[in-house]
Amino acid sequence: MSQSYNRGLIEDFGRWKEFSAGMWAWIFHKFTGWMLIGYLFTHIAVLSSSLTSPEAYTTTIQGLESLFIIRVLEVGLLAVAVFHILNGIRLLMVDLGVGLEAQDKSFYASLIITGVIVVASVPTFLDGVTF
Amino acid sequence: MSTQRQKQPDEPETQEAPTDQEMKAEASPQQKRLQRKREQQSAREASADEGEPEEETVHLKVFRYDPEVADKQEPRFDDFHVPFEKGMTVLDAVMYARDHFDSSLTFRHSCRQAVCGSDAFFVNGKQRLGCKTQISDLSQPIRVEPLPHQEVVKDLVVDMDHFYEQMHAVEPYFQSEDLPQGELEEQRQSRENREKIKMSSRCIWCGACMSSCNIAAGDNQYLGPAAINKAYKFAMDDREEEEIKEHRLRILEQEHGVWRCQTQFSCTEVCPKDIPLTEHIQELKREAVKKNLKFW
Ligand code: SF4
Ligand code: FES
Repeated sequence: MSQSYNRGLIEDFGRWKEFSAGMWAWIFHKFTGWMLIGYLFTHIAVLSSSLTSPEAYTTTIQGLESLFIIRVLEVGLLAVAVFHILNGIRLLMVDLGVGLEAQDKSFYASLIITGVIVVASVPTFLDGVTF
Repeated sequence: MSTQRQKQPDEPETQEAPTDQEMKAEASPQQKRLQRKREQQSAREASADEGEPEEETVHLKVFRYDPEVADKQEPRFDDFHVPFEKGMTVLDAVMYARDHFDSSLTFRHSCRQAVCGSDAFFVNGKQRLGCKTQISDLSQPIRVEPLPHQEVVKDLVVDMDHFYEQMHAVEPYFQSEDLPQGELEEQRQSRENREKIKMSSRCIWCGACMSSCNIAAGDNQYLGPAAINKAYKFAMDDREEEEIKEHRLRILEQEHGVWRCQTQFSCTEVCPKDIPLTEHIQELKREAVKKNLKFW
């Protein structure tokens, strides 16, 4: 076996279509986890830079909240957090060996519940903001 | 889904109903049965004649690669149109293609009944056992590729060395020192314990699980689902002493052992023997934690 053909990264990446529920759950979980970490640091950075006085704090928050893009990002943050929580519960169950047969259904359920909560939250988040 | 070709093995010519006059008058239950069978048979044949005026064919797209022939060094897909037969499996189809169209088509197979584990292919985007996959369950054209994440040696043949190494790394043999007293005594296992390890003992070393695993693809040292499942079979065997179980858990809880599993369930989904691999890996994780966490 002197020679053999390694199909390489490109071909491996081409296989994303063949992913199953559990693999998507894993990817989404990683992705949302990193998003939450990123948010955490931004959150700390923004808030700590506006702690000079109560007025500075208020103006920063009000300034941010008047931006449409920030409102949209808040909806996104909610989506990410809700999915991460729900899938985290699912993974906890998997670790405890509970309901392993329903692991794909629980993933779809987390997705649907996330979607419902996010859609329901849109009016609240986009209340009183214009472009 | 009817998978088998309808044969009537219990109805050979020699068993034809007796034609004596006096026997006919009564029409024994057997005769009635045979009569009914003959009717069904002819009905079936008639419907088959109407249903398929033309020969049905299966469109296969088979991955080809041969490092030893200059023209074939560039991987490509070959198309084969194989006549469909009821109950045909993917393995049957590639065998037909090899026997009738291209004798250089190379793949491993042996038992043709999901026992030897040599013919795991990547069929329509999933690791499947060729001899256990019905053509009628697949959408055409059927893409047959070698198992992903393993080096291709030729056509559908992949290098399994690494997989076997991982299988052997978990010491897959019974190693109790404790021999029973009498000369002809057996090492008895309780029924409950046998039930517990039953599923894990079904592995046929096909490598489908390892090939489907994203983690194993990225981490070559990861033991992989099949090896961990093998270790499970012995670690959960009550006949082995506690120290041996601890030794097994020490192998498993290493960096590239059970903790690499991210519960993507892809191995469990592809395993042709329906072994609950993820469940077994999770159980070993819990065992490993229990071994190391002692508050009492
Ligand atoms: S565990 Fe299943 S998929 Fe993996 S090698 Fe054994 S039989 Fe094949
Ligand atoms: S040929 Fe033996 S498992 Fe398929």
